Amino acid sequence: MLNHELDAAFAALADPTRRAILARLAEGEATVNELAEPFDLKLPTISKHLKVLQRAGLISQRRTAQRRPCRLETARLKEVADWVERYRRIWEERFGQLDAYLTDLQSREKSRDHEQ
Amino acid sequence: VITNSSIGDRTTRRIGAMTLTVKSDLEIELTRVFDAPRLLVFEAMSKPEHLRRWWGPRGSTMPICEIDFRPGGAWRFVIRKSGGQEYAFRGEFREIVAPERMVQTFEFEGMPGAVSVETMTLSEHDGKTTVMSISRFDSIEARDGMIQSGMEKGAAETYDRLEELLRTLV
Repeated sequence: MLNHELDAAFAALADPTRRAILARLAEGEATVNELAEPFDLKLPTISKHLKVLQRAGLISQRRTAQRRPCRLETARLKEVADWVERYRRIWEERFGQLDAYLTDLQSREKSRDHEQ
Repeated sequence: VITNSSIGDRTTRRIGAMTLTVKSDLEIELTRVFDAPRLLVFEAMSKPEHLRRWWGPRGSTMPICEIDFRPGGAWRFVIRKSGGQEYAFRGEFREIVAPERMVQTFEFEGMPGAVSVETMTLSEHDGKTTVMSISRFDSIEARDGMIQSGMEKGAAETYDRLEELLRTLV
């Protein structure tokens, strides 16, 4: 994944309406009308969000079918998820080590107090 | 499968003791509770004799740990992994309010110019300390700087993390 693609995906995901659209699409394909329904938004507004998602490679829209349903493109989301996951792992390990170190420091302090 | 109940909620992902939240396109927030008083945690996060004991990946050493701990002061760490490879990181302290807050820049020397800003906030409750770290990435390169430093172990496995990812986004 190129940096600008990752960037477009992150920017697209930064909006709560677009995340809700993705969550809806995770349950299955849906038409623009179906997607608009729960949001109380006008169709052009939904279409704008869909365009952003489409440009980011997060969804696709079938052109041939008459209903033109939107569907989730999970590959791109997985790439974003992987990036977050790698970041998480670095920090989880680092904080895990800090935790163990703090425990060690405190038990040494205690045993020193005990000796005195 | 995503359920409707997760839509629009401010949800975070809890992994063991750490919580990760993707706050917007360019910010990641981590929180972790430590069973230690705040002053001790703050010292462990700011003094070289402590930092070199925990900051690097498991099995690594820190042959260089230079810290000029004052606002405007620089820091530089060199991590040596068990295979002998070395990775250098540097940055500058922007704000220090002991023992509750510090803001510093972070840069992997292998990707010069890709600077992110880390804000650490420490709060104590019942003898335990909650550390909240917010990393702000002002460029795409900065976002990838830490990841590409080679500090992570092994190749990233691909899981179906769709649902989990959506939960971490706010």
